[in-house]
Amino acid sequence: MSSWIDYTVNGIIIGNIYALLAVGLALIFGVSRLINFAHGSVYVVGAYAGFLAVTYLDTPLPVTIAVVVVVGALLGLVIERFGLRPLQGYAHIAPLLATIGISFVLDQLVQLFFKPDPRALPSPLLDIRFKVGSGTIGALDLVIAGIGLASAGLLYYFLRFTRLGWAVRATAQDRDAAQQMGVDVNAVNRAVFAIASGLGAVSGLLVGMYYNYIDPSMSFQATLKGVVAQVVGGVGNVPGAIVGSLLLGLVESYGIALFGTSYRNLFAFVLLVIVLVWRPNGLFASKRQTPPEPMTGTFIAPSKPIQIPGKVLAGAAAVAALVPLVFPHPYVLQTLINSWLYALLGLSLTLIAGTVGLVSLGHAALLAIGGYSSALLAINCGVPVGLAILSAGLIAAFLGTVLVFPSFRLRGHYLSIATLAIGEIVSLVILNWEWLTRGPIGVSGIPSLSLFGIELDTDRSVYWFTLGVLAVLAALQFRLLGSHLGRVLRAVRDDDVAARSYGIRLDRYKALAFAVGSFAAGVSGAITSHIYSYINHETFNAQLSILALTIVILGGMGNVTGAIVGSVLLVGLPEVFRVAAEYRVLIYGLVLLLLVRFRPQGLLGTV
Amino acid sequence: MLEIRGLTRRFGGLTAVDTVDLDVAEHEFVSIIGPNGAGKTTLFNLVTGLDDADAGTVRLEGRDVSGLTPEKLAALGVARTFQHGRVFANLSVLDNILVGAHVRFKSVRPAWSGPLSLLEPFAELALALIRPGKVKAEEAQMREEALAILGRFGGRLLPRRDNPAYSLSYANRRRVEIGRALALGPRLLMLDEPTAGMNQTETAEMQQLIGDLKKTGLTIVLIEHKLDMVMQLSDRVVVMDEGHVIASGKPAEVRNDPKVIEAYLGHHRAERAPVEEAAE
Repeated sequence: MSSWIDYTVNGIIIGNIYALLAVGLALIFGVSRLINFAHGSVYVVGAYAGFLAVTYLDTPLPVTIAVVVVVGALLGLVIERFGLRPLQGYAHIAPLLATIGISFVLDQLVQLFFKPDPRALPSPLLDIRFKVGSGTIGALDLVIAGIGLASAGLLYYFLRFTRLGWAVRATAQDRDAAQQMGVDVNAVNRAVFAIASGLGAVSGLLVGMYYNYIDPSMSFQATLKGVVAQVVGGVGNVPGAIVGSLLLGLVESYGIALFGTSYRNLFAFVLLVIVLVWRPNGLFASKRQTPPEPMTGTFIAPSKPIQIPGKVLAGAAAVAALVPLVFPHPYVLQTLINSWLYALLGLSLTLIAGTVGLVSLGHAALLAIGGYSSALLAINCGVPVGLAILSAGLIAAFLGTVLVFPSFRLRGHYLSIATLAIGEIVSLVILNWEWLTRGPIGVSGIPSLSLFGIELDTDRSVYWFTLGVLAVLAALQFRLLGSHLGRVLRAVRDDDVAARSYGIRLDRYKALAFAVGSFAAGVSGAITSHIYSYINHETFNAQLSILALTIVILGGMGNVTGAIVGSVLLVGLPEVFRVAAEYRVLIYGLVLLLLVRFRPQGLLGTV
Repeated sequence: MLEIRGLTRRFGGLTAVDTVDLDVAEHEFVSIIGPNGAGKTTLFNLVTGLDDADAGTVRLEGRDVSGLTPEKLAALGVARTFQHGRVFANLSVLDNILVGAHVRFKSVRPAWSGPLSLLEPFAELALALIRPGKVKAEEAQMREEALAILGRFGGRLLPRRDNPAYSLSYANRRRVEIGRALALGPRLLMLDEPTAGMNQTETAEMQQLIGDLKKTGLTIVLIEHKLDMVMQLSDRVVVMDEGHVIASGKPAEVRNDPKVIEAYLGHHRAERAPVEEAAE
């Protein structure tokens, strides 16, 4: 591709594909105020359903599309049944977390069945290209554009002229009023999930044919793109979602033309953060329009935390310290080292998401900042490892807080999406900032752990070091929670309006909590990099962010002991039972799903 | 003490508060009454900084405070309670009261001027973790005072001081809110329907408490529907309807103002006019 026409056509086609995703997300948000994070999984399932139909049944294109729509719609019904319906009346963030759990399960099932390797999804159309000016348009481009237009037309007809369509619009405008007027809201939800998922599945099929390439990991990016398009157009706004998608497609396509492929996603996420922070109602909302329902995003299940006496905690720490003497088995020690490192991440997120209520979905970025800072300081500047780790914690605290600061004004879902996007941006900057981070090659030859010139070259010494760091940071966090700050942070979480009225400056205390939390995450990433001796931009991927959140919810939000227990259970136990890696993510997804449904306060309770 | 001039707030086509003028003198007890939707709570929100006025000014002790944030107003000694109750649900009763005292914590929250103010949060963090004697003493003293405030509510809150606020009854949550407001050490106390949802005994108890607060000389603005209480407590009553102040004066004057009776009757034809009820 060389001409601007080609880039424009490409942008519009990709925009059409995004629109099929974003329209579904907008419909779902409209009726249920839920950002469906399983939408990308539907898209992947759609792509694979199409792949099966084409490869094994040799179906012609119209039949393939029909199969994909039906599979997608059925899947949508399943998601509605397990992700949304049982959680009515729960905190607003609960269904969102449930859909994250569902998406983990679905993606992992696809990966187990089809293997993670990419597959080819050939387009059944002849490769005819029409010349338009200096560029060309292919047959598939026309088909995609046609499907986009036809779907929009059908959707318009449905919403405008059918009884169920009216019910959908009524529910979107005022759920309670619709219910009182006799609208079966559950039926509306089912219909919307089925339609949205049918469209999303077709989107997956079309993308697969467009690039002649599908793989299970497309899911997460697809969800993100759909969310970006939707937020840009105004959350829950169907025509806005279409315009937002086309805009996103064009921005990406021109971005690639100007800067190259590896910048593509960077544009999408930067666009998202800018729109979220400056125009949280989307580009097209009039300023006077009332903002979407303020969703208190805190996932706070009222509960009395289980009180564990200090003596018991000290005893547990002593027992943990004795492990290397009693079981000097390297496998046990390495498993526990891993658990302590994730517990540090858990401490961080439990303070940020639990204590002060900022449910961050991009926490892995802090690990990455910490890991790269420490590695590069040690290699490029010859900083001693101990000092490098400490500096990495401070750098993560500073950068993390500065990056998220503009988003502090956002509430609920919006803050979570912003942190997700910021996490992706950090990862993409690491990939592209080659002279500093060595780009896709990664950083190798990171010096191993040492402290005051003494090499920590045995499993035992590494174990004691990580346990010691964890014990110190956990003790500090306990002390923080016991001070006036613990009170103030929890007040901000419980009711930010009342907190302001009593003189609490929200930004200041959110930043304080974020900085303290980011320090622990940065230290965890830094230690990890010295243990691994090699890291790249995928070492700290987005899955870790969700794992961290699962750890925190499992232990109990804001609960320091809970974060450690959660980490041992989720990271340590599967290792001890030697659960294969591909089943682990499945387990994390299921645990998240079950926790949200049955024990939102976690094992030890919300603090 | 409080001077409101021409305060206006529009929501789309509706003018919730329409060029309202209102003065409250020091040590005065002023009640604002009026039918639902008259703009009373919007007026509170404007005065306490939770909402921005489209026009008009608010002066507090001679200082223009229009458009100040709620945080700054709290620091200036304006405390309020909320119509529907906004306690910190997962915090204990005692912690709720202590959050009310936030602006009075001085040792642990150093206030520096100029570029040094950027370092304030770090100093606050360090002091919270290290806890020098001064910080400990301050915390202990605030705790004492918080317990004394809880004691004002008789046996209602004190035995439950360590229980999370979500576990309290509705009436007790309203009490916690008032306790939290008192902990701020307010110069101006604004109460938004403190007895909403309370039964007669509880209302009488609350009236007693508010009467005691009045005796201490505290300046109080009260929004309340229970007119018995308004008439007995108030130095002055302000009546609002459809965003306007339609009457203002001593309780006895307002009670017989034809405009007031009409406002109530006009809005609640089906009910007995509460003004008449109170007058009986």
